[in-house]
Amino acid sequence: MRYSIEAAHWWIARALKELTDRAGIRPADIDGLSVSSFTLAPDTAVGLTQHLGLTPRWLDNIPMGGASAVVALRRAARAVEAGDATIVACVGGDANHVDSFRKLLSSFSRFAQDASYPYGYGGPNGSFALLTDHYMRTYGAKREDFGKICVAQRDNALTYPHAIMKKKLTIDDYMTARPIADPIHLFDCVMPCAGAEAFLVTSADVAKDLGLPYATLLSAIERHNAFPDDPIQMRGGWAMDVDELYAMAGSKPSDIDVLETYDDYPVIVMMQFEDLGFCEKGEGPDFVRSHDLTNGGDFPQNTSGGQLSAGQAGAGGGYLGMVEALRQITGQPLSEKVKGAKTALVSGFGMINYDRGLCSGAAILRGGGA
Amino acid sequence: MTEPISRPPKKDPQKVTRPPELPPLERSRASLKLSASAARGVFALQVCEACGTIAYPPRDACPGCLSTGLEFRPADDGGEVIAETVVRTSTDLYFRQRTPWRVGTVRLDCGPSIVAHLHGDVVVPGRVRMVSKLDKSGNAVLMALPTGETENMADDLEFRELTADPKFRRVLVTDGRGVIGQAVASALSKAGASIVFVGIAEPWKPFPGQERLAAIPNVQVMELDLTDTISVNELAGEIGGKTDILVNTADHVRPGGLLASRSLVTARDSFDVNVFGLQRLAQAFGPGMRARGADGTNSAAAFVDVLPVYALANTPDFGFYSASAAARHSLLQCLRAELRPGGVRVMSVFTGPVEDDWRQHVPPPKVLPGKIAEAVVAALRGGIEESFVGDVARDIATRFLDNPKVLERELGL
Amino acid sequence: MTETPKKDTAGLLAALAAGIKGSGIEVVDLTHTLTPDFPVMVLPPELGQCQPFRIEEVSRYDERGPGWYWNNISMSEHAGTHFDAPAHWISGRNLPHGTVDQLPFEKLIAPAVVLDFSRESAVDEDFLLTAAHIEAWEGENGRIEPGVWALFRTDWSKHLGTPKYLNLREDGAHSPGPDASAMEFLVKERGIAGFGTETIGTDCGQGNHMSPPYPAHYILHGNGRYGLQCLNALDRLPARGAVLFAAPLKIRHGSGSPLRVFALVPAGAGKD
Repeated sequence: MRYSIEAAHWWIARALKELTDRAGIRPADIDGLSVSSFTLAPDTAVGLTQHLGLTPRWLDNIPMGGASAVVALRRAARAVEAGDATIVACVGGDANHVDSFRKLLSSFSRFAQDASYPYGYGGPNGSFALLTDHYMRTYGAKREDFGKICVAQRDNALTYPHAIMKKKLTIDDYMTARPIADPIHLFDCVMPCAGAEAFLVTSADVAKDLGLPYATLLSAIERHNAFPDDPIQMRGGWAMDVDELYAMAGSKPSDIDVLETYDDYPVIVMMQFEDLGFCEKGEGPDFVRSHDLTNGGDFPQNTSGGQLSAGQAGAGGGYLGMVEALRQITGQPLSEKVKGAKTALVSGFGMINYDRGLCSGAAILRGGGA
Repeated sequence: MTEPISRPPKKDPQKVTRPPELPPLERSRASLKLSASAARGVFALQVCEACGTIAYPPRDACPGCLSTGLEFRPADDGGEVIAETVVRTSTDLYFRQRTPWRVGTVRLDCGPSIVAHLHGDVVVPGRVRMVSKLDKSGNAVLMALPTGETENMADDLEFRELTADPKFRRVLVTDGRGVIGQAVASALSKAGASIVFVGIAEPWKPFPGQERLAAIPNVQVMELDLTDTISVNELAGEIGGKTDILVNTADHVRPGGLLASRSLVTARDSFDVNVFGLQRLAQAFGPGMRARGADGTNSAAAFVDVLPVYALANTPDFGFYSASAAARHSLLQCLRAELRPGGVRVMSVFTGPVEDDWRQHVPPPKVLPGKIAEAVVAALRGGIEESFVGDVARDIATRFLDNPKVLERELGL
Repeated sequence: MTETPKKDTAGLLAALAAGIKGSGIEVVDLTHTLTPDFPVMVLPPELGQCQPFRIEEVSRYDERGPGWYWNNISMSEHAGTHFDAPAHWISGRNLPHGTVDQLPFEKLIAPAVVLDFSRESAVDEDFLLTAAHIEAWEGENGRIEPGVWALFRTDWSKHLGTPKYLNLREDGAHSPGPDASAMEFLVKERGIAGFGTETIGTDCGQGNHMSPPYPAHYILHGNGRYGLQCLNALDRLPARGAVLFAAPLKIRHGSGSPLRVFALVPAGAGKD
């Protein structure tokens, strides 16, 4: 929900309870915990163990914003593979009080404090506006192209019961919306909200024993502070490791049935199409113009609406795509089902430290288990 | 094309004065060093002593080789602006008062990418010249300017936030009896101040330059005795609410060290003028100026003090004079912090020995009052917190930064 | 001198008190108010200066002192309406009892004569009072007795608040005062207790150029006599008959001080 008086701890607990209830396990069965949140302070994952009555033998705190879910999955999978944990709960969640956004910005990072916010204090909107402006100048993207992404994602969101945005968005609505930081306008921005999302990571055997539908992690990459010499961000870290992503999974872009990109802003969605191998750098605008991005279209992406329509629950926003991908490929979608969805690519991105998003990650998952 | 600012209308007496807000205050220590350079009007960036990498934002270790040997050095100010945005809404009260606010990404010729304020005449994409100036919080910010002079360039709204331009502002010059005050009054009148109040103590005592002073356009001579608390308070009561810039030119100078003087009387006079005079001005005019830091085109902008460079190190031939200057310097540091919440800048103009009656025996180079006046105007127009007038002042400043104890010896030998 | 019998002395004092309280005796305040903008003597800048009166509020029924109002004051001994003691001048440096704490107290209540040269001063800013002028005055007003205060009326006090009070020009100040002959006459021939003026200084504005320099100071104090300066309201005193009260502060080794100086006059006697 948009504003809530509850703390992050409350939302995280709600997600974990539903997770364990639906999985038919007790909280004590969780022996690994990965937490991502911007609003747990003064607590970290450590405080949460005592707060929630958990005694894990593997604990992780991932402060990577929108990349947290992918990275959490990557870490948890290795822990399970190595035998360091049996059932890992990965959760991302945040409170959203009336002053949460302002407080979050005011102490986000040292470089943001020193070198970004004193310049207009536009927050992430200002930073991504600069990226978007440069991208548009360099590659000829038009506002209409970004609008198409937003409109398609809104159509997807209208099929998702938990989406915060409930009204249809037309391209005209998009184009005439009020400017936030040129060229970014109202519907380029996510709506911060309170909430949490969670998933379990375990071995196939344990999943089968519990009788749970599951997906298999085929590959995962992550990269931080990629391309530091780019004068401004034109590509994310995925471009450095995308070949390994597909090689590890033994697949190629055309094998992906459903794509969940990290959509803090539509320009980053477009960059992910390029950097994750679906088209060449600079072809993002053309790609968007020539594909249908809705759940029923030829390139379904952000099938529950993405953060742009479902809302960003802080670090939980990064989990939105992961959970949606899992639901689609394990046959339990809450949004409109993507026909024949078996293989999903989930991408994460985030943490504008100064002038560019530092964290990135991606994972390929295959469903059809149990 | 920058719209020229126009003469502000008379203030609506029924309207609540806009409260001054400050841009973000917090900075890391490394970034404060950027501010130290900006305080002197220098565009400086960190350079790695080991590998030569130029790093921005300011940091603790080189991103090229991990060395902690990063030093701020004057840098090449040329670059290319490659992206821009106009911020329309903000959670920060300072910028919220000032939207729309134009910001851009500049790729410097010397390497780093800078998120910077953009002057309205900057064309994107295009070449720019960077400047480093203090914003109203006293922190350095970088701004991209057009490479050449453009019309009404100083009137750009974002640029004006970084300066204390005297144009259309009302100024008080505190000592019109002295040569410095007279030169400053003349220079400020020429710089476009709408009124230049000039304070005179003991108006029954004639002084040289009296008629010329009264004849300067827009000058209004007022009674002001910096050694008399009542006098200062009364003038503040009269004109404090319309003092946008205050320039304290008081300079009670007498030769002599501690041992030669044989009595405290003259030293006390020096302190009463140079130190407590400043304090009286601060107490009487400070609160009003602080409250008017965002009060329109002619907002309260700066409190300027012209003081001897011997504030930094004592010259024993003017021993107690130097001591009074040191006290003055310390008071200015205090005042700087106290006026900051209003976004009012406290500027120090350090001068070497002035060419005046008391320093006839001091060997050249000496400073002409006209040069001090130029420096005051330049400080206001450029938002320069600390400036040094003349060769001696610049020399002393360099030696002080290098090693204050050696300077003490050099002056004391 | 015959001594007045004790009974009569008591009666004298009672009559004095009654006169001041009821009728017959008027108290005329000859003192200007001490304010920070009261001008003081101007000296060459290399020399120690005369500090003007300064007042700093300590508290005024506020957090600095909730129930009271008071100030700190500071000034030169020679600021405002003030008294000069013999020790003030080099010519009097060796005289005994030359400082304000030591001078014979009974001399501070004495009859006063008013030498009215206000008309002459109105047309000549550098008017010099000479022995001849005083002898002419005596011709009309009678001989000046020993032990009196000679008050030199010029109406210069009316210029206070204007540049004419000091009348400073490039060659110094221009205001009336006595020459050496007048001072020699008053001190040596008439034995006055002291000399009072309305200007800053007992000497004329150009006193430095006279011989000796500052003859009023030189001769008065060299002979153990006193000075009063910046007097006010001399035009309310009769030429004869006023009794002057002029008691400086009792400052140890003091050379002078501001003071409250007033005169008792027969009621209605003061005329222009």
